[in-house]
This record gives sequence, C-alpha cells and structure tokens, in this order.
Amino acid sequence: MLALVQEGAEAVAEAAFEPFLPGFILLLPFLGFLVNGALALASGKRAADVTRTGGEWTIPEADRPFTHTLPSLVGPGVLFAAFAVVIVNFLRMQGAGLEAPVVVTYWTWIETGTFEVAAGLQLDQLSMVMMLVVTGVGFLIHVFSVGYMKDDPGYSRYFAYLNLFVFFMLVLVSGASFPIMFVGWEGVGLCSYLLIGFWFKDREKADAGKKAFIVNRIGDFGFLIAMFLLYNTFHTLDFVPVFAGAPDALIYGGSMVTTVTLFLLLGATGKSAQVPLYVWLPDAMAGPTPVSALIHAATMVTAGVYMVARTSVLFALAPVGGLVVAGIGALTALFAATIALSQYDIKKVLAYSTVSQLGYMFLGVGVGAYTAGVFHLMTHAFFKALLFLGSGVVIHSMHHALHHTHKDWDSQDMRNMGGLRKHLPVTCVTMWVATLAISGIWPFAGFFSKDEIIWYAGAAAQGPHASWYMLFWVISLIAAMMTAFYMTRMMVMTFHGANRTGEAEQEHLHEAPPTMTVPLIVLAVLSFVGGWINVPEALGHSWIGMFGTLPMSEWLHHWLEPVVGMAVEIRAEHVGAFAESAPIGGGEVMWAGLSTLLALAVVVASVTVVRKWVILPAAESDEPAGGVRSLLYRKWYVDELYDRVIVRPVVAGSRFLWKVVDAGVVDGMVNAVGSLSRAFGFVGSMFQTGAVNTYAFILTAGVVLILWAVAL
Amino acid sequence: MITPALVLSAFLFVIGAFGVLVRRNAIIIFLCIELMLNAVNLTFVALSRVVGIEGQLFVFFVMTVAAAEAAVGLAIIISIFRHYETVNVDNFNLLKW
Repeated sequence: MLALVQEGAEAVAEAAFEPFLPGFILLLPFLGFLVNGALALASGKRAADVTRTGGEWTIPEADRPFTHTLPSLVGPGVLFAAFAVVIVNFLRMQGAGLEAPVVVTYWTWIETGTFEVAAGLQLDQLSMVMMLVVTGVGFLIHVFSVGYMKDDPGYSRYFAYLNLFVFFMLVLVSGASFPIMFVGWEGVGLCSYLLIGFWFKDREKADAGKKAFIVNRIGDFGFLIAMFLLYNTFHTLDFVPVFAGAPDALIYGGSMVTTVTLFLLLGATGKSAQVPLYVWLPDAMAGPTPVSALIHAATMVTAGVYMVARTSVLFALAPVGGLVVAGIGALTALFAATIALSQYDIKKVLAYSTVSQLGYMFLGVGVGAYTAGVFHLMTHAFFKALLFLGSGVVIHSMHHALHHTHKDWDSQDMRNMGGLRKHLPVTCVTMWVATLAISGIWPFAGFFSKDEIIWYAGAAAQGPHASWYMLFWVISLIAAMMTAFYMTRMMVMTFHGANRTGEAEQEHLHEAPPTMTVPLIVLAVLSFVGGWINVPEALGHSWIGMFGTLPMSEWLHHWLEPVVGMAVEIRAEHVGAFAESAPIGGGEVMWAGLSTLLALAVVVASVTVVRKWVILPAAESDEPAGGVRSLLYRKWYVDELYDRVIVRPVVAGSRFLWKVVDAGVVDGMVNAVGSLSRAFGFVGSMFQTGAVNTYAFILTAGVVLILWAVAL
Repeated sequence: MITPALVLSAFLFVIGAFGVLVRRNAIIIFLCIELMLNAVNLTFVALSRVVGIEGQLFVFFVMTVAAAEAAVGLAIIISIFRHYETVNVDNFNLLKW
C-alpha cells in the first residue's frame, strides 16, 4: 500500500513541467537581430545615400538588393518560431499543472563576495502569459511592418531594432531575478529610444527619443534603489527566495516594504508612462506606427504592470504602496482621458488613450486584483495594437495620397481625414471592433477586463482607506465614459462624414496590402473573443456569459493563481476578502450592465454629435483658443510646466556649474597654479645670463663655500 | 719633500682658476684650464709617493682626456672665431633663457 502511494507520487513528479528549449525563445529574436543588423550594416552606405536624396526607395521592388528583401523573412520568421516554442511550453505547462515556478539557470552572471546573480529564466504562469502576448502580438506587428516599412531605406535596420526589442522584452518578462529583469528593462528602453528616433534626420523625432530615454532614467533610478533595499534585507535578488521569504522578513505595512514598493512604483511609472512621468509616451509617437503599436501600446509600456504583478507579494504587504499605485493609476486614467478628448492627431489620441488604459491596469494591480490587471494588459495588447496598426494604415494611405498630389498637409491630423470608410473598409471595420472593445462594450474583450478592474476598485472601497478607493472607483467610471467618447470621436472624424482630404487626393486613398490587413483581422478576432477566457464563474450563467454558452472557468484567474495567490492570501489575512457588492449597493451583474449600457449610450450619442460637427481641414481651422478646450488641447500645459519647473532650472543650474563653477573656479585654480609656476620659472631664468664668466664664478664660489663648510 | 710640491700645485691651481674667472679671451681661459689640470696632475704625482702607484696612473688618464678636450675645445674656438672674428667670451651669451 505504501509502495503504491509512493508510485503515485512519482507519477505526479513525472508529469511535472519540462521546459521545451526555453533558451530558444530568447535566442531566436536575438539571432534575428544579428542577421538583420548585419544586413543593415551591409546596406548602410546605400541606404544612407537614399535617405539623403529623398527618403524612399525609387527602385522597383523586384530590383532591390537582398539586404533589403531578406529582413521580410528573417524579422517575422524568428518571431513566429519563438511563438511556436512558447506555445509548446505553454501547452506543456498547462498539462503539468505547475504549482511552483521553474527556474532554468544557464550560467553565473555576477559573482562578487556573497552577491551572486545567475543568468536564469523563470518559467511560470505569469511569464508564460507575457511571453505569449509579446511573441504573438509581436509576430503580427512584424508581419504588418513588412507592408508598412518596405519602402523605407532603413528597412533592415528597422527589423534589427525590432527583433532586439523583442529579445529584451522577453528577458524582462522571463528573467528569474531583479537584475536580469533590469537588463531587459534597460534593453527595451534602449530599443524604444532607437525606434522613436528611427527617422533621426528629423530633429524633433531625435529629441522625442532622447526625452523618452531621459524620463525613463528617472524611473530606473527608483528601480535600482528598490533593488538595493531588497538586497539589504534578503541578501539575494532572485525572485523565488525573495518572495518566499518576504512575509517573514518584512513587517506588514512596515516602513521598509512601503519604501521598496514606492521605489518600485517610481520605476513602473517611468516605464509604463504614469503620472508624473507619462510625458514621454505621447512624444514617442514620432517613431514608425508599428513601433508605437508594439512598444508603446502592446508590450513595453505594460512592463510596469507586469512588475507590480510579479512583485505582488511586496505590494500586498504594503497597503500604502498599493494605495499609491491605485491612486496613480486612477489619476492617470482620468488625466490622460481628458487630454485625449481634444487631440486632433490620430496617434496622439491613441497615445493618451494608452496612458489612460495603463492607468486602469495600475488601478487593478493597486487594489490587489492582480489577475484583473494582467487580464486588462492582455486584452489591451490586442485592441490597442489593432488600433495603432489601423491608424498606421490610415496614415500610410493618407501619406501616399498627399504625396501623389504634392499636398503639404499633415497625414496624421484627423481634421484632414473624414469619410475614409469607403476607401479603407477593412481597416474601418476592424478598428470599430477595437473601439467597442476599448470602450468596454459587451461582449468585446475590453468589457470583461475593464469591468473587472472597476468592480474590484469598488470592492476595495469597503476596506481600509475606503474614501480614497471610493474616489478611485468614481474616477474609473468617469474615465470609462470618456474613453467611449474620445474613441468614437476619433473613429467618426477619421472614417465617417464627408471627406476633407480633397478631390484629387481621394483617388489615391487605397486599402493596404494583405500583409497589413491580415494582422488587423487576426487582432480584431482576438479583440472580440479575447475577454472570454476570464468570464467570472459566478456571472457565467447571467447574460454576461451568454447564459452559460461562454466558457465560465475563469481560466486566467486560475491560471495565475500560483503566481499571485500568495499576495491574495496576504491581503485576505490582513484586509479580508473583497466585498461582494459595489460601495453603493448592487451586484456585479447589475453594475456590469450599467457600465456597458452607459458606454454604449456614450458611443451612440457621440456618433450622432460628432457627425454634426463642422470640421475644417487643419490648414483652415484655428487652434482652440481659451477655455477648457484650449487647456485640454494644450495637454494641461504639463510639458510647459515641466519645462519651467524642471528642465529650465536644470539647464540654468548646469550652465551655472559649467560657466561659473567649472570654467571659473575649477579651471581658474588649475590655471592659477600654472601661471604661478611660469612666474617662478621666469624669475629663475633671469639667473641664466649666458656669460661664461658668471657661471664660472658661481661655480667656484660654490666650491669654496662647500669646502669652507666642510672645513668647519 | 711632499709639502713644497703640494704648495706649488696649489699655487698653480689658484692661478689657473683666477685666470678662468677674470680673463675674457677664450684661448687664455682655455690655457688656464690646462694649468688647473696640470696642477692637479702634480698633486697626483706628489701624493703617489705616499699612497701608491695609482696617483701616477691617474695622471695618464687626465692627460689623455686633456688632449681630447684640447682638440675639441680648440676646434670650437676656431669655428667661433671664423663666425664672429673674435674670441672675447663677453660676446657669447646666447645660451640663456
């Protein structure tokens, strides 16, 4: 009998998760980077010549050199291979029912005294979800890029950067320790910088890249400090021992854990573009549009959310840290949404929308609903990637139409668009799917994820810090309605109403090739069904789960349980379970219905309102002057404020240090020592008369003097 | 026996040194230097009676070096004279700052 039990135990152990070539997931994109980078170097001179003369290839596609055609295969190819490896690992992990994370160690990276960091990957449910999103959505965006960037002379360089980005993003989400995660964290920042400034000949774009890099440095500083504090407490930075030991080593609500979480949050606000460090993301739209889709919407900017979910144990131990995360998230969600209301640049609307949605994710992980945050991260990756790629199609066709007739208009300004539905039908339909998804309309993906976050925010408003959470809950509801409005406004201004591009230009507006539309369609399907993986069990039998026809297993919730379960337990132990009703009564079904009805009402109302607007092309219309509209159009003057309060004082201070302290005091001292030596030297040189007799006399006098002294 | 020799060499040396200091003609200065060298030679020879043969040995070295020095020194003086048509050392003060 005993032997049987042991056999059974062994059988369980045999069914354990065996990673399938996990290193290849990272290695493949890196290989792509090396190949594409080599091609970029090989074609460097030629591409530079093209950039100098016009910026686009005039060579017919068939005659282009292999350095320009090969990246079309290598770039998306390595991503597809990596995605396939991730899928295999995912299926194995699902089959094995993994409880504890599997850490695959390759070599020792750092070894100094007692501090040791291994180059290791952590394979668990959370990193698996992230890897699926990064490689899956990344692959679709790579395919889209083939169509979008093929006329650009820097094509191979573009794919080299893009592959490198995916590599670093995978390092970030699969690293088994804080330092490895930090390598990915910095690496994606670097690639972001390189891709924002991809068209670096344009001064403004190069500056946007620098801005992103510098603002992110502020956040990275927080990340580093948090790492030092953690090392001081745990003497290791590997995830597994840190999180296992955290509940014993750290006092619940203690100052240590609160400080650590606040510094981690500073890092997250930089990378994930939250208030007050969000300012770089809208400027990051200077990069090619697929880059905006991949890096500045779907993956990199979610790194902060991933980090909070990864360190959920620490945040659960620090209720104040969680409160601040939720507060920053709610504030960002509302603040960015208000700015998005009045922007005319299609990519700026989407950029602020991204900032706003990231705010929702922060709100989710801040209130302790880590699964909801990651869930929204995933669905957002689908529909925001779709929206950005769709805007890419719009910009692409607008650019070509305006280029044909040599019209000097902005191809991103929605005031120059209108009525594009007829010319870009596939883009229009798929983007509407994404719009409904982001607005939180049932049964699109965004409904399930966003509603869960709002629900948990409301549930948290019945515990400690109730009034704060109550405020966040109300804000999240208001911001959700704003989302519905600005997205509908963008869609109507772009695709509906009369065309404002011009008669001659209209003929040249064409739908994109299949390499660009197929990713749109795939993402549209995902934006539609993506939310169904996490229909709450309790609600599956109501209309939300289509009366039981949708899978009700609450799959993602159970899937992530081994990762965030400990944090949830800590929260339940100290705060208690989440409330079962909204702060002002009503169950989840009722509130979900209310919010989706409200969102739908806003969408319908704004369609009718915006269609009646008289919109003039950008060249003929004035900027909004005075009042709230101007305030919002100017983005609350935050950039100007930062310029006055931070940038200029820093520049002035640096100038002072340069001109006065360095050039005046430091250089002055060095020069003074030099001048003094010269002066002494000059006086000394006066004794050199050049007359032989003098020398002879002094020599003799010296000898006599010495002899006299010796004789004495 | 040794004292008069040493006194003589001291006189010769002082005369040579004095000549180097006060005379302006390069040839004279040169001769004074020779005088000083030979005064030292005399000292060496005189002291070799007491100390040993090494003193006399040294004299040969000094004479050899003096011969070489005379060749080089005179060559310099001749080339200076060709250039300036004078050997008065007061005119030669270029080697200074």
